[in-house]
Amino acid sequence: MTDLLAKRPPRAFFTLSTDAWTKPFWDAAAEHRLVAPRCVDCGHFRLPPTPFCPQCRSQKIDWVTLSGRGTVYSYTVVARAVLPDMEANLPYVPAIVELEGAGGARLISNVVDVPVEAVRVGSAVRVVWDDEGGPTVPRFTLAD
Amino acid sequence: MRHAMRDRTAIVGVGSTPYYKRGQSAPQTLHELVGKSILAALDDAGLGVADVDGFAYFAGGFDTGLLMETLGIPEVRFTASLTGTGGGSAGAVGLAAAAILSGQAETVVVVGGNQQGAQRFGTITSSYEATPDNAFFAASGLVGPGHMFALLARRHMHLYGTTRDHFADVALTMRRHALGNPEALMKKPLTREDYHAAPLLADPHCLFDFCLESDGAIAVIVTRAERARDLRRKPVLVRACTQGASRDWGRSIYWMNMPDESFASSGHAPVARRLYEQADVTPADIDVAQIYDHFTSQVIMQLEDYGFCAKGEGGPFVSSGAIALDGSIPVNTDGGQLSCGYVWGMTHIREAVEQIRGSAVNQVSGAELALVTGGPSVVPVSGLILSS
Ligand SMILES: [Zn+2]
Repeated sequence: MTDLLAKRPPRAFFTLSTDAWTKPFWDAAAEHRLVAPRCVDCGHFRLPPTPFCPQCRSQKIDWVTLSGRGTVYSYTVVARAVLPDMEANLPYVPAIVELEGAGGARLISNVVDVPVEAVRVGSAVRVVWDDEGGPTVPRFTLAD
Repeated sequence: MRHAMRDRTAIVGVGSTPYYKRGQSAPQTLHELVGKSILAALDDAGLGVADVDGFAYFAGGFDTGLLMETLGIPEVRFTASLTGTGGGSAGAVGLAAAAILSGQAETVVVVGGNQQGAQRFGTITSSYEATPDNAFFAASGLVGPGHMFALLARRHMHLYGTTRDHFADVALTMRRHALGNPEALMKKPLTREDYHAAPLLADPHCLFDFCLESDGAIAVIVTRAERARDLRRKPVLVRACTQGASRDWGRSIYWMNMPDESFASSGHAPVARRLYEQADVTPADIDVAQIYDHFTSQVIMQLEDYGFCAKGEGGPFVSSGAIALDGSIPVNTDGGQLSCGYVWGMTHIREAVEQIRGSAVNQVSGAELALVTGGPSVVPVSGLILSS
């Protein structure tokens, strides 16, 4: 499977739902900006965005625009369909990405457009924007 | 100081339906399977439906009113469930004990069951309602727990050098245990070659790293220890039972922001520590362990979190033969969820009861303390020690 490119995962299982705390993340994504919420009072980043800072209980947040770079913290390769709608999207690579400049906060995303065999824990990645077939979603590809 | 729960309640009856491959339990309904397991457990205990006055569940449980209506249970005084999912299976016995020791009930049914014809647990995540929180994992195509736990397994491999051969040794050992159990669904030997030839469903997990998809129901009856002595079966005492998780674990596989120390784990470490404290025992005192095995990698991480080996050494530990029937800590002596049957953690309670009674098909000689764990999953995860 060395030459198999990592695809985008099926859209069929994703319906975007937002609330007041998560909407700014997805609104920024639609503008191709990767942002993360930072506590105004103590500087702690948290993902997903939630109503309180778990470190200091503050509700004040700054939405920080990130570089879009990150590191693969862990990943899996989905190469077999467990649901009928998946077949056309195989293989795809769900990955946990530690985001640069976000205090260690991680985003669950995907590595795309590179051979699946090239993905490693620790791989440097950069964001790419997936606008196809639904709300804009941040994905990642290997950085040069 | 002696913990308030210690040895004051007992499991006095256990009942199980046969284990069915997914869909094979039809046309029985899930409610019917649950009813059959409860009646079998009462029969085993020498009790009747009129004795039941409480229900303790996990993962939301079942419709108590419908069970009363169907089985003719006259009145209940306690009906409650642990929150979360399969992580509460072992903990539901503690919930029953809490009800009894606080005087809220006398004879409590703990029951679990599943029928995967309609909703396969392997893709259950894709059936979850779209919520603002779920959006942060659903977009990535993680449609089942197998995908999520693969991310933990991969990290464990990266940090500690754990290999797929270590995972294979869990699968192979469980299969060997299943071959000695006539009730187990898997009847054929599994070789290392078979393991490595199997498709990777969620790399690094292959088909044999996943538990079975099966149908069935299991119930146990819990009552006061003094009363248990007058009943038909040898009482199996509830030595200790704990549940919960640290904030670091929390939503775990749906969050994926656990600190590095606890990411590649089962989330059980704090529950295990409290369990041993309550029971006043150490891992070395445990004779047999029924470890929730939805994935081979999570057996390895639980063995670490329960202190049978050091953190990171779970892979070499399972490959050393330690978890075999003649090993230092025989694990899943019935073949586990990987090779016997999947009833959402209840098989582990059933098998621990059989081991303490001395009536297990793969009996560990002289077993006096049996550990049971309830699913690495979101909070709560749970642990239980049964004693003779
Ligand atoms: Zn703060």
